[in-house]
Amino acid sequence: MATEPREKPEFKQRDGEFSTMSGHPIEPLYGPEDAGGDPEQQIGRPGEYPFTRGPYPSMYRGKLWTMRQFAGFGTVEETNERFHYLLDHGQTGLSTAFDMPTLMGYDSDHARSLGEVGREGVAVDSLDDMEQLFAGIPLGGVTTSMTINAPAAILLAFYVLVGEEQGVPPEKLGGTIQTDILKEYIAQKEWCFPIEPAMRLVTDMIEWCSENMPRWHPVSISGYHIREAGSTAQQELAFTLKDGFTYVERALERGLDVDDFAPRLSFFFNAHIDFFEEIAKYRAARRIWAREMRDTYGAKREESMRLRFHAQTAGVSLTAQQPLNNVVRTSLEALAAVLGGTQSLHTNSFDEALALPTEEAVRVALRTQQIIGLESGVVNTADPLGGSWFVEKLTDEMEEAAYGYFARIDELGGMVEAIRQNFPQREIAEASFAYQQELNERVRIVVGVNDFTHEDEEPTPILRIDPALERKQVERLQATRAGRDAAAVEGTLAELKRAAATEENLMPPIIAAARARATEGEMIAAMQEVFGTYTESPVF
Amino acid sequence: MEAATARKIRVVVAKPGLDGHDRGAKIIARALRDAGMEVIYTGLHQTPEQIAETVIQEDADAVGLSILSGAHMTLVPRIVELLSEQGVDDVLVTVGGTIPAEDIPELKKLGVAAVFTPGAGTDEIVDFIRSGAAERHQLSE
Repeated sequence: MATEPREKPEFKQRDGEFSTMSGHPIEPLYGPEDAGGDPEQQIGRPGEYPFTRGPYPSMYRGKLWTMRQFAGFGTVEETNERFHYLLDHGQTGLSTAFDMPTLMGYDSDHARSLGEVGREGVAVDSLDDMEQLFAGIPLGGVTTSMTINAPAAILLAFYVLVGEEQGVPPEKLGGTIQTDILKEYIAQKEWCFPIEPAMRLVTDMIEWCSENMPRWHPVSISGYHIREAGSTAQQELAFTLKDGFTYVERALERGLDVDDFAPRLSFFFNAHIDFFEEIAKYRAARRIWAREMRDTYGAKREESMRLRFHAQTAGVSLTAQQPLNNVVRTSLEALAAVLGGTQSLHTNSFDEALALPTEEAVRVALRTQQIIGLESGVVNTADPLGGSWFVEKLTDEMEEAAYGYFARIDELGGMVEAIRQNFPQREIAEASFAYQQELNERVRIVVGVNDFTHEDEEPTPILRIDPALERKQVERLQATRAGRDAAAVEGTLAELKRAAATEENLMPPIIAAARARATEGEMIAAMQEVFGTYTESPVF
Repeated sequence: MEAATARKIRVVVAKPGLDGHDRGAKIIARALRDAGMEVIYTGLHQTPEQIAETVIQEDADAVGLSILSGAHMTLVPRIVELLSEQGVDDVLVTVGGTIPAEDIPELKKLGVAAVFTPGAGTDEIVDFIRSGAAERHQLSE
């Protein structure tokens, strides 16, 4: 589109900030003069390289996104009930939230777990818990997502064994386990081991899954938590893709063929409130991934270049004040994810700035997706925003910003080294502080928080986690310990430790220990004896 | 006692428990530092014992506990108890995070001076710590 550049018209403007949440300036008007490059190459068609317009040709005409609400609290019984409730209300995939002790590799009876069991997710200590968690749910007929990272290999082993008990072999299990350890060191901060052994475990999982679980996504490369930690959309895009490339490099170093594992890598992005910047972020992510996979990492199969992602609306955008307004925020964010071409979606519940969501709030959140999918008509054509001068220009600019970050990270010696030097952590802390300043100075408005406030709000009913659940879980765990073959546990843990000290793939010894009903905490402790632990030096 | 009042206000910002949500803690730490206070940020995943020890060793005027895991009714009482066992009863204890309104009176009964929930402005928090700590300085004179 080589139209002559022309003067932008002068507009009467309100006072205020006309920029994206990343601080990127927005022009008063976009037109043909903003188009860059050859549209066939840059934008293409949905389902075709470089996938800017979406991973599939028919997009939501072919199939709506998977409505996948994240759930987990208390013990496995409560969460199993919530799973059945969601499936009964038309949800099409499961997504498991684990509690903090499970995420950090502590058993529920560990001193560090006191007061935390079942609070922010479900407690899973052993195969016994996993069996109960999925009771009555045929694993051959659903796809399951599990949000766990440092101990991901152990939870995957539990899941494989539950499948086996149901008569579903690993090759028939479909789903995703997060496993993205780099973003833990960057943002979410739930770790068990130093970076290098943690990266080895991730690579072990990629390798094992590429041989045994063709329908499984062993890593979900996640920007969500980077964004929740306060990053900009540009940083979320750049750090997440760079993490992804780092896993690809590790798998290639292991000797895997890129086209054997890359099709099973998937992504997880935030859906924040800045509508068009979010849409541009997803489009830029697809284009960058496609190009780098083909040109830098030598992928030949289109599946290896086709970025697919899950999105979750921004928890951090929810307010404790006037919480019903969060339904509106979540709708806008969900719509951005849909117009950006997401493959699955979690919509947050309006009460989540206060506590874990109630059943009513979860239902409204799910209904929000159903209204977008079935009432609004936005699904009738693939990528309805493709070709918008503004959206295409913003997509180009997001891409440019990401490449700027890639160059800075490469200068530091790659992502692992950049994390050691606190580079992404510092960038996020800076962005998050700058945003808070903008709120303080009311450069940016959050309705109900720094403007349009009102006193005397009616209290919102919230979900309380019964403290007795912690005792119940500890009793379950003690029953597991009492009922198992202690010699088999000892033997499999010793074998896990031995293998950890070699370069062998750790999935087989982890599955063996899980089968013997070794607990998560015991397996983590065995590996920590070889690998050590991790402490960060925080920057603020 | 000139020295006591001239000394900078010392604040420990702490993350008790296992949750890794440190966006708020870091923003507060930075805002307090920018306001001229001496800020000691403990980092993540601290036990109540570690936090009490840091408060005592650093001779802090105030401690801000940031908790978004729902474990506040276990962790906060333990920290307050440890401080008082060590005879430390003049440190200003504040809590921030996703704390349901109905838990706030109980936390205050334990001796927590203020609870800041999502949406609280940094200016409000800085002012609260400054005036609370100034009171402590005067008491120690």
